[in-house]
Amino acid sequence: MQEKNSTIKKNKYDLKSIKDAIGFSSFTSALMAIFLGLIVGFIVMLAAKPSSALAGFQNVVFGGFGRIGDVFYYATPILMTGLAVGFAFKMGLFNIGASGQYTMGMFFALYVGFMWDLPSSIHWIVAVLAGMIGGMLWGFVPGFFKAVLNVNEVITSIMFNYIGMYLVDMWIQASPVMYVSNKTRTKYLPADVQIPSLGIPGSNVNLGIILAILIAIVLYIVLQKTTFGYELKATGLNKHASEYAGMKGKRNIILTMVIAGGLSGLGGAFAILAPSGIAGSSMTYEPINIIAANGFNGMAVALLGNSHPIGIIFSAIFISHIQRGGTLASLVGYKPEIIDVVIAVIIYFSAFAMIMNTAVANFFKKRFGKNHDDNTALEVQSTESNIKQASDNNIREAE
Amino acid sequence: MDTVYYLVQNMLPVAMPLLLVALGGMFSEVGGVVNIALEGIMLFGAFFGALFVLLVQNTGMDPQTVLLLGMLVAAAAGIIYSLLLSFAAVTMKANQVITGTALNMLIPAVILLFSKMFFTSDGITTSMNFYIRKIPVLGDIPILGPMFFQKTYLTVFIGIVLLIISVIVFYKTRFGLRLRACGEHPHAADSVGINVHKMRYAGTCISGFLGGIGGFFYSVGVMDGNVNGHTGVAGFGFLALAVMIFGQWRPIKIFLAALFFAFLRTLAYSVSLIPFLRDLGINQTYYKMMPYVATMIVLAFTSKKSRAPKAEGIPYDKSQR
Repeated sequence: MQEKNSTIKKNKYDLKSIKDAIGFSSFTSALMAIFLGLIVGFIVMLAAKPSSALAGFQNVVFGGFGRIGDVFYYATPILMTGLAVGFAFKMGLFNIGASGQYTMGMFFALYVGFMWDLPSSIHWIVAVLAGMIGGMLWGFVPGFFKAVLNVNEVITSIMFNYIGMYLVDMWIQASPVMYVSNKTRTKYLPADVQIPSLGIPGSNVNLGIILAILIAIVLYIVLQKTTFGYELKATGLNKHASEYAGMKGKRNIILTMVIAGGLSGLGGAFAILAPSGIAGSSMTYEPINIIAANGFNGMAVALLGNSHPIGIIFSAIFISHIQRGGTLASLVGYKPEIIDVVIAVIIYFSAFAMIMNTAVANFFKKRFGKNHDDNTALEVQSTESNIKQASDNNIREAE
Repeated sequence: MDTVYYLVQNMLPVAMPLLLVALGGMFSEVGGVVNIALEGIMLFGAFFGALFVLLVQNTGMDPQTVLLLGMLVAAAAGIIYSLLLSFAAVTMKANQVITGTALNMLIPAVILLFSKMFFTSDGITTSMNFYIRKIPVLGDIPILGPMFFQKTYLTVFIGIVLLIISVIVFYKTRFGLRLRACGEHPHAADSVGINVHKMRYAGTCISGFLGGIGGFFYSVGVMDGNVNGHTGVAGFGFLALAVMIFGQWRPIKIFLAALFFAFLRTLAYSVSLIPFLRDLGINQTYYKMMPYVATMIVLAFTSKKSRAPKAEGIPYDKSQR
């Protein structure tokens, strides 16, 4: 009997090695959070309008497939803000200020787009880089406050969201070159500042998404292969130990926030410099004193992707996918806000999805454990050959 | 003098939501749960309070009674919403900042969704008037009368009462002491037989209670009884967090901080009415930014001697003793 137990353990061990891999468990917990988020979304839809809940839900889940180009188009900014949040999270910093950095990046890009006269071949590149610098500035301050003055970055970056939003709205409204006051939005950008379109018919998907994915891959390499990335992760895991090992915590905090801000800023630049559907037009910004939602969606993206750059690519595409589905759900009488509900619920559950996962796993283990006892006789027969193998293995291992 | 009267009359209804919500945040944090979700709790309370007002506004009830009942509805809503936070943060030991952020995002979306579908607007618009022009006897007192008892809302007086109750609970009851113990050193509290999880649930529930009321008072005192899903409570939940930190997690200091922040905000929105400020010709946006900038400055100076609860934000795990 004892031998049999060891077999089972052995077999389980094989399964476990896959099941317990970090990537796998974060993947399943992300799936779990998505699943629960969609269920809650469905319940909300049922409560709001029972008759078309099923049709609306279908739109949410599958609608995006019909508009792959748009999915990638709208995935670009949230991919960048997702990277910004995730990158800081690796360091143990919660960059809730992605919205402010995003807005700042947007403004810097707009400013270069309208005010600077540059050769058309490099104009959009300079505008994108300006956006990055804008975001960096807005990431630097909370980083500085955290590192030098030991102020919690959550509060400071929330404050900076508001300060940034008010500043940008004021600057834009004050500039007749950028602002069309009777339409309460910015003017269309000149064509040479717009990011080149990829030329896929029926969609505005542009070079931005490719750049964003490349940046994600670069971040992955930085995190995995460089000393800086290693120090960053070490600081995130144990601040005191990393300090003891001689890593410059303060410098790394500021650097992380600056990079995170830059990523958000790039997101803002990619969003505002994108060409839009109607020829000659571009995306516009409305200064109506509202914090940019893409910063918060980035948080959902980062959490779903487990702060892993490659995971974030996929989660950004997924979030964008259900967002497109959400706009389609308005065909059957819902409002796109349904997706914000789903996203919020996904974030809520992904905060403790890992724990919930273990609970569910335990539940199944218990049930399967019972089955084991019931089918002992069968089990013994079938495992007899395994026992031999297992003992062989044991011997080999012992050697 | 009229300017002073005007500022005080407008400042107090703005200060009350800040005060109550910051007190709520304080109760949650001294128990050890970081409550970023205050913004969402406020909005949830405000929404149900306003919904209640909308339902009864045509029954001819006295406005002040409606306000009191609406306050209770908002408080109950706030408690229910805060349970979502405490479930995740205490029972499931989740990251409290992430949970709070999720709760903040959830509620504006739900409000917008339902308001757009049922009222075809961005929120709830009520037509009830809670404004008190003048309180009979007290309003006639020179100086103090026009300052505190004219052109005001009932919310101001309820706010003060709740402040006094909070001070008593915080300093003078066994509950308050135990709650603070759970935020400072939960393991020590547990070792003398205090149920840390229960206390943290209680602390968060109080913050839900006060947060819900604060949200309703915001919609009464600042928004004339309306709720809007787009602007929500305009960052008051976050400002309340700043007020709480400024007040160093102590009720009376929080009261003073709330007054300070409310003063800044009132100033920002009445620049055009004050001749001196109007003549300076500074863009109004700078005044609007002032509360946030002030928070940054205050944080920069107080962080070194911060009296934040030591165990705040850390889920309590018995096995890690």
